[in-house]
Amino acid sequence: MSEVLVVVEATKEFGVKKVTLEMLTLARELGTPSAVVLGGAGAAEALSAKLGEYGAEKIYAAEGDEIDGYLVAPKATVLAELVNRVQPAAVLLASAQEGKEIAARLAVKLDNGILTDVVGLAADGTATQVAFAGSTIVKSKVTKGLPLVTVRPNSVTPAPAAASPAIEQLTVSVTDTDKLAKVVERVAEQKGSRPELTEAGVVVSGGRGVGNADNFKLVEELADLLGGAVGASRAAVDSGFYPHQFQVGQTGKTVSPQLYVALGISGAIQHRAGMQTSKTIVAVNKDGEAPIFELADFGVVGDLFKIVPQAAEEIRKRK
Amino acid sequence: MNIVVLVKQVPDSGADRNLRNDDNTVDRGSANNVINEMDEYAIEEALKIKEAHGGEVTILTMGPDRATESIRKALSMGPDKAVHVVDDALHGSCAVATSKVLAAVLGQLNADLVICGAESTDGRVQVMPHMIAERLGVAALTGARKLTVDGATLTVERQTEEGYEVVTASTPAVVSVWDTINEPRYPSFKGIMAAKKKPVQTFSLADLGVAPTEVGFDGATSAVVEHTKRPPRSGGAKITDEGEGGVKLVEFLATEKFV
Repeated sequence: MSEVLVVVEATKEFGVKKVTLEMLTLARELGTPSAVVLGGAGAAEALSAKLGEYGAEKIYAAEGDEIDGYLVAPKATVLAELVNRVQPAAVLLASAQEGKEIAARLAVKLDNGILTDVVGLAADGTATQVAFAGSTIVKSKVTKGLPLVTVRPNSVTPAPAAASPAIEQLTVSVTDTDKLAKVVERVAEQKGSRPELTEAGVVVSGGRGVGNADNFKLVEELADLLGGAVGASRAAVDSGFYPHQFQVGQTGKTVSPQLYVALGISGAIQHRAGMQTSKTIVAVNKDGEAPIFELADFGVVGDLFKIVPQAAEEIRKRK
Repeated sequence: MNIVVLVKQVPDSGADRNLRNDDNTVDRGSANNVINEMDEYAIEEALKIKEAHGGEVTILTMGPDRATESIRKALSMGPDKAVHVVDDALHGSCAVATSKVLAAVLGQLNADLVICGAESTDGRVQVMPHMIAERLGVAALTGARKLTVDGATLTVERQTEEGYEVVTASTPAVVSVWDTINEPRYPSFKGIMAAKKKPVQTFSLADLGVAPTEVGFDGATSAVVEHTKRPPRSGGAKITDEGEGGVKLVEFLATEKFV
């Protein structure tokens, strides 16, 4: 079977991200998964055990400042060389900012089609995508070149399949043109122990109804009790209640968790665009006519400042 | 500084949007077509740079005839002129082909800086800035929440999942922006009147030296095989809190095994 290249998404803090495990799971339907680690020195070694656990038969690594010190261009160059050498059956990347950007450059370098925000991938390369804020399901194919797809987090359930991959270090030879956008500083912002928003199984979001930044503690408390991530509507972010990177919606993150809890969110199209493919949705809002209730599997009309603390207390009791 | 802003006309994301049944492309005929929201932030950023450093701002749109409405709207915010790439053969173009056309136009416009929205609200594909930069051999600084111009040096701050990155490059470069970067101005009455008289130059594929077979359905590198409307979600139980709302909520979560 041909190799399928899976470009690894990982963070220093959490290691291999769940979307990578999802991609390894999907890749097994198309061929033999090989993981590709593009990062700083030593990155692959730290990730190899986890990648093997989910079926990576081989790990290609391109590491060092030449790769890590610039925006995605060097990564795309290395990946294009690898694709030309091993002629994989498909290339999978994460449908997040960097994955899409590497894929974009790869598509141009190889004059190859690209499909983004893929939630399913058949053995023949037919991809399933959700479009227009989750309202339309699209089946599509790359018609020129190999299937080059970016996979949306929370699309499939990662399934382990033990393998013991060896690491092959790739020769990094990037051009000056690849080094035009230099990263001069990376600033970590405190995240705490919560799971990453797009990968979380549970997301608890607050909207305008939360009232102010301080009250977001209520949202965070419920998220922590449910082991979830915190999100915010655009109205809440624009009002300065919560930072932009947590915005869920048309102009923010798209999430598709098992459980989505909407607190004080009316459910404007802008917001629904980012969350309506969630498996179960519950909502608390004081306005019984709020459109969020049209989506909610369970809705409570009332004062979130009474309902949420009571719910938190009840969860504690049951633990 | 010679700044070109990419502006895309898209179906209004606040209304029902569809793919056409005949050729699987975005249904623009029945939609309310507007400027891609993120592009308004790109226009605003370009105008701010022009106001601080001088230069000229040009709107660049690829799209059908009706995209003229969006071009005039964009011009009413204050840019100097516009370029409209319009050609029937472009209908059905994929992202790869679109980037080829836009790179061909940009090659003629001698831009120091190309600014665009980080993504469009219709496709949300987010690939165009890097595709164009790859073709032009220039830097792409993407996803900016802050852009600083100091002579020929550009510095952006971009949000990442762990925090943010500070990235620099020299012009010429492509910069894409998120809606956190500024607050777009509303067109003034004077701006709207002036926009009617601003020059809009049109380019056909022939003007750009791009063959019709390289774009549209003929040149597409991917294809939609089929599409279906997802059945709308239906609301489930809705209760009114009468003092036990929080407990009832947790009872529901427990039956669904979340608690």
